Amino acid sequence: MTEAFDILLQTSFWVAAIRIASPLIFATMGELICERAGVLNLGIEGIMVAGAFAGWFTVYSGGDLWAGVLVAALTGAAFGLLHSTLTVPLGLSQHVVGIGVTLLATSLTYFTYRLALPEVTSPPKIEAFQPLPIALLSDIPLVGPALFAQTPLTYLAYVTVAVVAWALYRTPLGLAVRAAGENPSSVEAQGISVTAIRMGAVMVGSALMAVGGAFLTMSAFNSFFFEMVNGRGWICIALVVFGSWRPGKALIGAVLFAAFDAYQVRLQQVTGGVVPYQLFLMLPYLLSILALVLVARRATYPKALMVPYQKGER
Amino acid sequence: MVALLGENGAGKTTLMNILFGHYVADDGTVEAFGTELPPGDPRAALDAGIGMVHQHFTLADNMTVLENIALGTEPLFAPRFRREAARQKIRKLSADFGLEVHPDSLVSALTVGERQRVEILKALYRDARILILDEPTAVLTPLETDALFSTLRKLVAEGLSIIFISHKLNEVMAISDRVVVLRAGKVAGERRTAETDRKALAALMVGQDLVPPPVPPVVTGPALLIMENVSTPRRGTGTPLSGVTLSLHSGEITGVAGVSGNGQAALAGLLSGLETPQSGSMAVQGHAPDNWSPVAALEAGIARIPEDRHAVGAIADMSVMENVISERYRTPRFSKHGFMDWKAARNFAEEIIRDYDVKCPGPDARIRLLSGGNMQKLILGRALDPEPVIILANQPTRGLDVGAIAYVHGRLLEARARGAAVLLISEDLDEILTLADRTVVISGGRLSVPSARGERTVRELGELMAGHAEAAA
Repeated sequence: MTEAFDILLQTSFWVAAIRIASPLIFATMGELICERAGVLNLGIEGIMVAGAFAGWFTVYSGGDLWAGVLVAALTGAAFGLLHSTLTVPLGLSQHVVGIGVTLLATSLTYFTYRLALPEVTSPPKIEAFQPLPIALLSDIPLVGPALFAQTPLTYLAYVTVAVVAWALYRTPLGLAVRAAGENPSSVEAQGISVTAIRMGAVMVGSALMAVGGAFLTMSAFNSFFFEMVNGRGWICIALVVFGSWRPGKALIGAVLFAAFDAYQVRLQQVTGGVVPYQLFLMLPYLLSILALVLVARRATYPKALMVPYQKGER
Repeated sequence: MVALLGENGAGKTTLMNILFGHYVADDGTVEAFGTELPPGDPRAALDAGIGMVHQHFTLADNMTVLENIALGTEPLFAPRFRREAARQKIRKLSADFGLEVHPDSLVSALTVGERQRVEILKALYRDARILILDEPTAVLTPLETDALFSTLRKLVAEGLSIIFISHKLNEVMAISDRVVVLRAGKVAGERRTAETDRKALAALMVGQDLVPPPVPPVVTGPALLIMENVSTPRRGTGTPLSGVTLSLHSGEITGVAGVSGNGQAALAGLLSGLETPQSGSMAVQGHAPDNWSPVAALEAGIARIPEDRHAVGAIADMSVMENVISERYRTPRFSKHGFMDWKAARNFAEEIIRDYDVKCPGPDARIRLLSGGNMQKLILGRALDPEPVIILANQPTRGLDVGAIAYVHGRLLEARARGAAVLLISEDLDEILTLADRTVVISGGRLSVPSARGERTVRELGELMAGHAEAAA
């Protein structure tokens, strides 16, 4: 039993938790922006796959690491444009379009991968982002290495949360985005285009999702393989609800989930085959369902979420 | 101050939405202060100094008053939003024009009257010179209406122009300097308020002289429904009934006046069988029902005219025929051995269409396509055709025009003459004053002591509606 507790005191556990949390943070912030503007983006899973491939492939073809991040973001924004064109001006069902975008982005990615690399059997590797410890801060015991001895992309995730929180609550644009998700006619009545706000939000959100995907191939691992996103997008949708559509709370949710995930891997080793490992794999998901039930029941969701807005319609 | 007067569907709101840029006109142009406005662009209208208070408020509930007002007034890509400056300006405007509302409270916590103040503040915050108010009094209590009128007078004194849209003649007479009457999308006439009267305006509005249905003297019969100290459980944000005692008598219309959200929904739900008493007792025609449900209510002879005809009264995408039998499809008249008798249903639908003067393409038309007035006539036909003994009429004329209102009132009076007991729940005090033989005021889920026709003044009723307990006589 003490062994199970000792895990929590290991530096490597916390380092892993933050690493696992990073892609979730990006994608959760992306989904949060979309939903705050009133659009549920179920394309998230596929957009993460596309971002993972686009970033990795840019670097594999000789591009710079940051160029890879940029290409991933642009790929995400392109799928965001597709999603929002269908859901915002055309007002199609956000569920159906979202699932369609996920399927399209996923299969298009696998297709492109096969087309670009027909011969390979084992996934080729790239020179991924390396940990960049920040002087002094990373020397703090336990917390230091966990938070400040990560790759630059993780630091970018921290910055993203701060920027999203600031933008949503402290800028006129954020006000307009939130109002678009609460009551789009209030936005229209104040002379701002609901279509522009919502499409912009979905594109920016989708770009963040794609960067989240790229984190997997360019920071957590160094190659692209099929099924690597593995449901992380869906988790992010739950994390947005868990965080009651607030960036800070969503961040806590992402770290919590990642910590469970890192914990279960280590717990498997401790119990050494007595308990089937599948049970541990299930743990983070079970706990997130539990957390959702406890936390999110009283959440106030954006009132116009999933309600298409057509100008001049009553 | 110009009043724009017209029946529902006369084109008042459409005209103003074109002016404000929500709709695009097929033809013609809009000019403000000598410059033409581009069509379909609310921003241009706002910049030209036109502000609009919509009938259905355009406020985001989960945001603060300040956020709602300041939305869109600063460049979108500014790095930060100047909250303090906005707060100062709102405070000043509130104080200057008697529009008391706290800038930092959430809109969801405000009353309807306060929300309207926020809408007016939104326009003033942008320095509007022309203010359009679309049916602003529809949701207000008489006291709130008085407060609104005094604010509007202050604004006019400041040099603003106000367009006041309404179908209520007394308000138009009270507040406007000039009246433009719209009928069926055309200007039917224009008068100086001082030089005209209600009757002349009503005639212009309808296109003919309107005779209100005569109200014969009341012949009160036995009590058909008795509620004794009834309370209902709390549901969501609705106000439950607490300790309500009320009896409905044959041949009498009982009016329930009050501001929306004070327990009307619970009272209507109770009568229609959607709600059961938590405590207290209820007797319908002498028996206490043991399994109170919508079916039981129908079987007990209670007819229901629901408040929201679109959401509750009708199934929008089903046909007139299907809607008309929806309360009675299980009776032997319309189904035998588990099979529908569509022929009987069709005959019945045609009968209702004919008897209740419903203008529609036929029994197969989807009910969604009917106008509000015709849909209401159909619902009226469905409810009244079986000659019910108890009638629940919840806001039966809401959103209807003068002609349709007169029709509905006539039918309710007919039922009264036949000996039915009618419970009329209405937010329109004029309607209550016209029809109700006995009036109770509902406030906070409690009923006032009933008063006979003409016993309380409008002012006294207004006080009760605002929740002031009656002074001991």
